[in-house]
Amino acid sequence: MSIKRLATVSAAALLVLSACSDPDDAGQESDDAAQESAGTIGIGSADFPESQIIAEIYAHALEAEDFQVERNFQIGAREVYMPALENAEIDLMPEYTGNLLSYLDPETTATSAEDIEAEIPQALPEGLEVLDTAEAQNKDSLNVTEEFAAQNDLESIGDLAELEQLSLAANPEFAERAYGIPGMEEVYGITDVDFTPISDGGGPATLQALLDGTVDVADIYTTTPSIEENDLVTLEDPEDMIAAQHVVPVVRAEAMDEQARSILNEVSAALTTEALTQMNARNSGDEVEEPATIAQDWLEENDLG
Amino acid sequence: MSLLEETVAWFSEPAQWSGATGIPWRLAQHIGYTALAVAAAALVAVPLGLYIGHTGRWRNLAVLSTGALRALPTLGLLTLLALQLGIGLSAPIIALAVLCVPPLLAGIYSGLEAVDPATVDAARAQGMTEAHVILRVELPLAMPLIIGGLRSAVLQVIATATVAAFIGVGGLGRYIIDGLAVSDTARVLGGAVVVVILALVIDALFAAAQRLSAHFADPATPTKERHA
Repeated sequence: MSIKRLATVSAAALLVLSACSDPDDAGQESDDAAQESAGTIGIGSADFPESQIIAEIYAHALEAEDFQVERNFQIGAREVYMPALENAEIDLMPEYTGNLLSYLDPETTATSAEDIEAEIPQALPEGLEVLDTAEAQNKDSLNVTEEFAAQNDLESIGDLAELEQLSLAANPEFAERAYGIPGMEEVYGITDVDFTPISDGGGPATLQALLDGTVDVADIYTTTPSIEENDLVTLEDPEDMIAAQHVVPVVRAEAMDEQARSILNEVSAALTTEALTQMNARNSGDEVEEPATIAQDWLEENDLG
Repeated sequence: MSLLEETVAWFSEPAQWSGATGIPWRLAQHIGYTALAVAAAALVAVPLGLYIGHTGRWRNLAVLSTGALRALPTLGLLTLLALQLGIGLSAPIIALAVLCVPPLLAGIYSGLEAVDPATVDAARAQGMTEAHVILRVELPLAMPLIIGGLRSAVLQVIATATVAAFIGVGGLGRYIIDGLAVSDTARVLGGAVVVVILALVIDALFAAAQRLSAHFADPATPTKERHA
């Protein structure tokens, strides 16, 4: 009896559901069509938390001015989302200047923020453009402990050349890339680096190796909260050995009207490395707040939401 | 150039055959890590396995806990240990030893268990001490199963020792991890091929040792398969 009853109930539920979904679908389609002309903005993000936080900031800022947005987050690698932008599957992506340029033009040798920004527009496929860059940047950075910096009088990467022995931990690619061991020798004349490859992107194991003295220098991304939390000294890079990675929105030119552009430019004008670091800290550690909440809070603090 | 050709080219580069990043040294490191991990695991597994196999006590506990150990993901354990012990050899050796204990332990206690109780009784009746019973009767008879356990333990460690490269030590995993980091597929494949060859060679050696020990345990067992 009960099975029969269950079957009846489910069948009824199915009927109701399908009855509901039909007009909905139709509505969605016409909505889509309407939004296309009114400009629903498809926003993508890469598959790491910071990219998603920035994408949420864009989304909330646009929604606050009554734009329709569609979130297509955690798309993954550039090889996937750049074609998606070109094919108009999405209209807006948070990007980092240096990595964007080296994806578009693998031969590029530009490393300074200015050179990179100058080259991006020519390198972008037709129909795509970048809006204003933010001060915020997330790039590789060489860090030492406060104590080690004081002992050896270190301020910039070049000062490392004075040391007799130097050990460094970073992701394995650091051994071969221009911003890594080869660059340290070429740009700053630093030789014989004792390199420990640790594959955690400047994460806990790299930090641990630096703090317990296994290595003298650690490559950690600039927006990683651990730099500030452990009072690490980030060595300056006056010769731009490490390419600049400022946050920038890449957009499909057609999909962005003047108002949308100025909203995103206001966001970029307010977005600093420090703000991004704090937002990352909220997304990790003890708090683990949702990107949407973090983005909303930041916009409110900056009178943008 | 196809990936296969690129990989062949990778193998034929002279740089691959000498120095601290060459295949011979990486291979030696890999075998060294494997030996250390298996030795560390043996320190735990041999006394425990002999005790359980000989007395039959704690058997269920051993089965349950080794089952649980097997489920531990080595990479996760490695990261956790590296955070506690720092970057260096100890974290990967312990993580690999943990992986190695279950098959080793199982080989030993099940080998001892499989010895005919009548044989053990006969040994005791002849006045052998318990130590003699274990060393001269149970162990030789259990040897084929023990070597079987060792064989599966060593092969797992050889394959898994590649993860040690995640936290800065050497071994053949360096080719795979470093190659992945710079999208050098030929290097990744080259490293994987060396691991496979190493595993196959070691497996063949153990297969031979297992046949030999079976012959010793029961001389009626042929050392080679006979073809009629």
